[in-house]
Amino acid sequence: MIVLEKRPQPSRAWSLATPVLAVVATMVFGGLLFALLGKNPVEAIRTIFWDPLFGEFAFYYRPQLLVKGAPLVLIAIGLSLGFKAGIWNIGAEGQYIMGAICGAAVGLAFYPLDAWYVFPLMVLGGALGGWAWAMIPGILKVRFGTNEILVSLMLVYVAEQLLASMSLGLLKNPEGFGFPGSRNLNDYPSASSWISQDLGMHWGVVAAFIAVIFAYVLLNRHMAGFHIRLTGDAPRAARFAGVHPGRLILFCLGVSGALAGLAGLFEVAGPAGQITIDFNTGYGFTAIIVAFLGRLHPVGILLAGGLMALTYIGGEAAQSQMALPAAAIQVFQGMLLFFLLALDLLTNYRLRLKTREVA
Amino acid sequence: MDISSINPVLLIASLMVAATPILLAAIGELVVEKAGVLNLGVEGMMITGAIAGFAAAVETGSPFVGFVAAAAGGAALSMLFVLLTQFALANHVASGLALTLFGLGLSALIGQSYGGVKPPPIGKLDLGPLSDLPVIGPILFSQDLVVYLGIALVAAVWALLKFTRAGLVLRAVGESHDAAHALGYKVVRIRILAILFGGACAGLGGAYISLVRVPQWTDGMTAGVGWIALALVVFASWRPWRVLLGAYLFGGITVLQLNLQAAGVAIPVEYLAMSPYIITIVVLVILSADKNKAPASLGRIFHASQ
Repeated sequence: MIVLEKRPQPSRAWSLATPVLAVVATMVFGGLLFALLGKNPVEAIRTIFWDPLFGEFAFYYRPQLLVKGAPLVLIAIGLSLGFKAGIWNIGAEGQYIMGAICGAAVGLAFYPLDAWYVFPLMVLGGALGGWAWAMIPGILKVRFGTNEILVSLMLVYVAEQLLASMSLGLLKNPEGFGFPGSRNLNDYPSASSWISQDLGMHWGVVAAFIAVIFAYVLLNRHMAGFHIRLTGDAPRAARFAGVHPGRLILFCLGVSGALAGLAGLFEVAGPAGQITIDFNTGYGFTAIIVAFLGRLHPVGILLAGGLMALTYIGGEAAQSQMALPAAAIQVFQGMLLFFLLALDLLTNYRLRLKTREVA
Repeated sequence: MDISSINPVLLIASLMVAATPILLAAIGELVVEKAGVLNLGVEGMMITGAIAGFAAAVETGSPFVGFVAAAAGGAALSMLFVLLTQFALANHVASGLALTLFGLGLSALIGQSYGGVKPPPIGKLDLGPLSDLPVIGPILFSQDLVVYLGIALVAAVWALLKFTRAGLVLRAVGESHDAAHALGYKVVRIRILAILFGGACAGLGGAYISLVRVPQWTDGMTAGVGWIALALVVFASWRPWRVLLGAYLFGGITVLQLNLQAAGVAIPVEYLAMSPYIITIVVLVILSADKNKAPASLGRIFHASQ
């Protein structure tokens, strides 16, 4: 009989090995799934994970890696702070939408003025939009003890409706011949987040790297980061150490909201270009997987964001080349989170073979 | 705009229909949470039930088989939650999220070939003269059977928790798994049964959306109903009859805003459509003072060695 034995300390080696193992297990079971769908599993896995990086058309796919990875990393970094402290913001998708709406609204208000300060103001607007949207569950949690998981999630649906309303109403392109959707910000150079479209570089990529560095410094070299980790590991001890739980909740939710809002703004001012009804594509939810896959560690999240971006890009390639359904990729990503959580057991527990004893 | 075009009797009759998916999912989750497990995967189990039930009903032509398949589908997905939380000792919140993300993907994958298909219609109760009674007839005596099943489940769960030994054991496990373990109760086994029951209920609720309420298949069609059901359990302070009350309240809001949309009220459609979610938040805020009713071991991981 196999018995679980709690480790006195979480194993460092396993904590590094489990994400890799989880990816391998997902590839095996994902391959089985693709085989069930009647596709060649080896070819599918190669199309998703190998071809975009080293295949014939890699020059086209590699920049995409930055474009897709940046919002995922940016959002996941914010989420990881809260997750570490046991504060569950799962409404990043809504904050992402609100950041995009607010940022784009600032840019459109200045249209067609050509000035250096338009884009920085949009960035500010995006961050504020996301921050404010995350403050709703934050303040309700601190003031009334309302569950932040449910409130932040409900606000995703509210934000989606607002997005529809904005793209059909207030932000609609006045010269758009009645089609829904705002002006395309890519046609407005002062408001564009692109640095180089050929390289896939936009300001969101820069922001993602800055966020990773800041989060690393915060968590490892700063008191606030210590408080976050302490609250997650031992809430009671944190109280005795003088951590103010309310302030911590507002800080974690605020940072994650602002980062998600920034991700939305950079997306709408760059790769997406305009506010439309179906502007959001689920980055806010995928970022949850990225945060866990990266073990809530900034560097880990950077790598995990790259990997998850790869499944998006490779998934699209597999969709067009092998007619693999888009939903199969979604299942694949969900599976990854399952294996991660399941294998995490090995970090905290030891498996022992034991013969049954009389108690 | 013409508010007088809204018929109050039909409104009440249809709010019972609108409330049934939330009611089924919420009463299942109530049992799960009473056992000390926080399963945030309700949305994922509902959507899985929705497609499993839809597919089975279309293939066999029988809505009954559809609902059985939906319950089985929801329970099957909740089995993954069992593996993660009861055997791999994973965090309940993260595992529930995983379940939802996975369920949404899986259902979209299965549902690809079912877009635009019409499911077989479900029969309504017909008690002859009773169903023809004015006012009470349409409300009480001519709903479909699942509406009555939902109410019966609430009554059954209430009786189970209040009057039976099994209910007492379930509550003990939820209040203090260590004490229950020391008394010799099989904590893990009881929790597994509760989680499976919750999964089956969520699956039924999902199938009710795809087979009766809409009735057709679209990706992500549960649109947050699973999350509202989770909020409802908090709202009801873990009491079965309050779940029924809350479900009818939310059903009423949903139906009313749809009626207002149809009546052409001057409020834009998008703002009406967001009202159920906003009201959920407001209700959560009002009732969050009542926290001490939560089972004491809710969401805590149990391992016999500790």
